[in-house]
Amino acid sequence: MNGNPSTSNPNVNPGQLPGAIHKDPDMVVFGFWVFMMSDLIFFGVVFAIYITMIGATAGGPGPRELFDFGSLFAQTMLLLTSSLTVGIATVTMKHQRSQASFLFWVVVTLLLGLGFLTLELYDFSQMAEKGGVPQRSGYLSAFFGLVPLHGLHVSFGCLWMLVLIAQVWKKGMLDIIKLRFLRLALFWHFLDLIWIGIFSIVYFGGWVYG
Amino acid sequence: MNEHGWLGKLDWDSLVFSKLITDPSVSEAVASTAGSIVIIATVAILGLLTWFRAWGPLWSEWLTSTDHKKIGIMYIVFALVMMTRGLLEGMVMRAQQAAAPDGFLYADHFAQLFSTHGTIMIFFVAVPFVVGLVNFVMPLQIGARDVAFPVLNQISLAVTVSSGILLMVSLVVGEFSTGGWSAYPPYTGADFNPGVGPDYWVWAIVFSGAGTTLTGINFTVTIIKCRAAGMKFFRMPMFCWTVLCSSILMIFAMPPLSVAALMLGFDRYLDFHFFTNDLGGNMMNYANLFWLFGHPEVYLLVLPAYGIFSEVFSTFSAKRLYGYKSLVIATMSIAVLSFTVWLHHFFTMGQSPTINIVFGIATMLIAVPTGVKVYDWMATMYRGRIRFTTPMIYSIGFLILFVIGGLSGVILANPTVDFQVHNTLFLVAHFHNVLIPGVLFGLLAGYNYWFPKAFGFRLNDRLGRWSAFLWVLGFMLTFFPLYGAGLLGMPRRSFSYMDLTFKPYMLVAFVGAMVVLCALISLVVQLVVSLKDRDKNRVPVGDPWDGRSLEWSIPAPAPSYNFVELPRVTDRDEFTEAKEQGRAYLPPKVYRDIEVPKNNPLGFILCVLSGILMFALVWYIWWLALVSALAIIVAVIASTFRWDSERVIPASQVQKDTEKWLEQVKKSRAIGRDLENTPANVGYAKLEH
Ligand code: HEM
Ligand SMILES: [Cu+2]
Repeated sequence: MNGNPSTSNPNVNPGQLPGAIHKDPDMVVFGFWVFMMSDLIFFGVVFAIYITMIGATAGGPGPRELFDFGSLFAQTMLLLTSSLTVGIATVTMKHQRSQASFLFWVVVTLLLGLGFLTLELYDFSQMAEKGGVPQRSGYLSAFFGLVPLHGLHVSFGCLWMLVLIAQVWKKGMLDIIKLRFLRLALFWHFLDLIWIGIFSIVYFGGWVYG
Repeated sequence: MNEHGWLGKLDWDSLVFSKLITDPSVSEAVASTAGSIVIIATVAILGLLTWFRAWGPLWSEWLTSTDHKKIGIMYIVFALVMMTRGLLEGMVMRAQQAAAPDGFLYADHFAQLFSTHGTIMIFFVAVPFVVGLVNFVMPLQIGARDVAFPVLNQISLAVTVSSGILLMVSLVVGEFSTGGWSAYPPYTGADFNPGVGPDYWVWAIVFSGAGTTLTGINFTVTIIKCRAAGMKFFRMPMFCWTVLCSSILMIFAMPPLSVAALMLGFDRYLDFHFFTNDLGGNMMNYANLFWLFGHPEVYLLVLPAYGIFSEVFSTFSAKRLYGYKSLVIATMSIAVLSFTVWLHHFFTMGQSPTINIVFGIATMLIAVPTGVKVYDWMATMYRGRIRFTTPMIYSIGFLILFVIGGLSGVILANPTVDFQVHNTLFLVAHFHNVLIPGVLFGLLAGYNYWFPKAFGFRLNDRLGRWSAFLWVLGFMLTFFPLYGAGLLGMPRRSFSYMDLTFKPYMLVAFVGAMVVLCALISLVVQLVVSLKDRDKNRVPVGDPWDGRSLEWSIPAPAPSYNFVELPRVTDRDEFTEAKEQGRAYLPPKVYRDIEVPKNNPLGFILCVLSGILMFALVWYIWWLALVSALAIIVAVIASTFRWDSERVIPASQVQKDTEKWLEQVKKSRAIGRDLENTPANVGYAKLEH
């Protein structure tokens, strides 16, 4: 079980895996799944708090006053597209296309992620202008506890991409880097899923029940 | 943002000693004494390390080590240090209540004591002790070279220790929270508690909690992915099963705590309204989050202890564990059920009777699998060849006392009864009754049981037995009276009382606490004496107790790579089976190079940086917080640029070690179990049934 690198992770396409990782790629990726499970609970709990606080606007602005669905639609599209491009990058890696095309798709993903973050920050500033700041009410605290938490994860993913780009650039497609990218891609898809939750529960649900 | 200047809220008056000068009272004297002990102990340790020129070895052998065994040992040392503090706080509280109504502490000081005591005992004694033992034992039991993620393991230790150090710092600078270990808002919010106390609590919990979550992930993956060939799930030793369940609890139960603590932090630092009284805050959310963590937490602690008891009962009865499968199923049921009962912690907070009754029944259900376990353990002993060693005394003490604690739990699970006794000392008696015999006795049994594997020599059994008896006696004297005082209506967390009916109970409890102190002292004496006599008690062959699982099949202390050749498992009691079939102590067919993870300074760096970060946050020193947070990010990124993380132990070295060991086996005489606590025992057990 240990020490013998299996190739049941076709996406990594590991070569002989000498030295650098004597660990089973399966194990590393599985470990990341378990981490995401824990992170999912983290999000789930924050979602639950949001749901219990939908009505707690304390006379302050609520969802209907604050949300800009045009911008939200754009954010959703950016994030969904980035999930696609990260998928393409994975496939490029799997079929061992050139390093340049792999890096290209990672950079595209990174730009889409940054675009998402820019729009999100812009949205927050718009909300603040309408008096929608977390200090205003329990509802807004819950909103700002949840949505930026996702944004923080996205920022973390972007930073991760930057580091990864630097590493590929410096070292080439080492197996260990491939494995790291595989986890990054999983993480990125995961954030997409969370966003869908945010869109439907926070924004749409807030709009309906708020 | 900074209205406080470069050092944030920090100034001379934050030092505990300055309060003694402005107010020379006994209460402040006690606080200053505690602060001085921290400072003197730190200076003494640093001085001793320098004197013995131990810095080099400390750095290369311990602080940067990625070996799961060493990390485990460091966890345990840390837990024992924190336990000393936690117990002393318990003594002081007992003294205060014994001296009531004219005690010697201020109300706030008493409140800080029970808050730090509870926080420390749960998060910095029980958790790290459990995690430490698991770290040491579990990979050996499943026949692995290491845990799945050695560097992550280091990081988990790092943040746990830095949070613990933060708690030590709170004795010297500033004050700790007065809000209890559960830190309920709005009392711990900025309106009622503007000082730094709750901030200490928040950051210690957030960081150590993150460490525990990561540990849970690490252990789960290790057990699922790194078992030796042939070790099917149902061939795992019982301890590994309990560890698996408890690790899964860590993964699922820690996030609610992190969320609760972070939200409390947001309320305090940024004026959010998650749990405030005004503007739509909702403190019941906190209670739910906290206990969504808090209840599974106690099972997270007690399950591994159950595992230890299972190993101990089976080894020292020289019998296969009775009802293995039922024990596994019971363990899993408890793990699942533990998530369904959190609401029994606030029966009195105004939900409907229907909800209370549902949660009451769910709570009582846990008694069923627990009962199964108790019968299995008794049946394991039945007609066994029982040896009354130190771990056995803890285990039998546990068996009897835990049943009492469990019964008082079933009583509390009845909402109508709970309405009468909640918030009284009855509750305090109950949870100490499950935590001390259930968790602490298990851990101490494990400490005595596996010590020889870690260090190569046995602990003194006579002193160990003394210590165990004192623990049992001290526990009973301290906590049984609290059941009585609680039924008479004495509230918990009261620094004084006027009704002198309580006094006799408090006096007995105080005497009990002194006995516990003696137990602690005897634990230290046991260690010192055993260290002195270590040459007489060495067990290099590695099997001092006629052990049954894989960890006993290798030398003591265990080599850094654990197994020369990864074992192939055919039975649940693999090592016993091997001994019976004469397969034990065979040389490997070939010697190969073994790769182990290299030393890594990352853990230590993160320990320092996260400590600075937490301190800066507590004291509102924003620039320092920013610098240290950035430094953490840089350190982590830099560490991903280390490409060669493995070190090779050459086959020749492995061969040399192993042949020396096998030579020793050949030279040794197998000894029977009646001589296991004599110098004749060199760790080569004669097979006896
Ligand atoms: C044997 C020595 C110990 C003594 C003398 C002792 C004493 C005390 C006392 C006096 C209190 C305050 C009770 C009150 O609320 O009025 C307390 C609370 C508590 N103790 Fe202990 N204790 C001991 C060991 C432990 C251990 C081993 C643990 C856990 C593993 C533990 C966990 C707690 C917790 C969680 C609280 C609640 C703190 C709070 O109210 O927030 N104690 N203990
Ligand atoms: Cu509970």
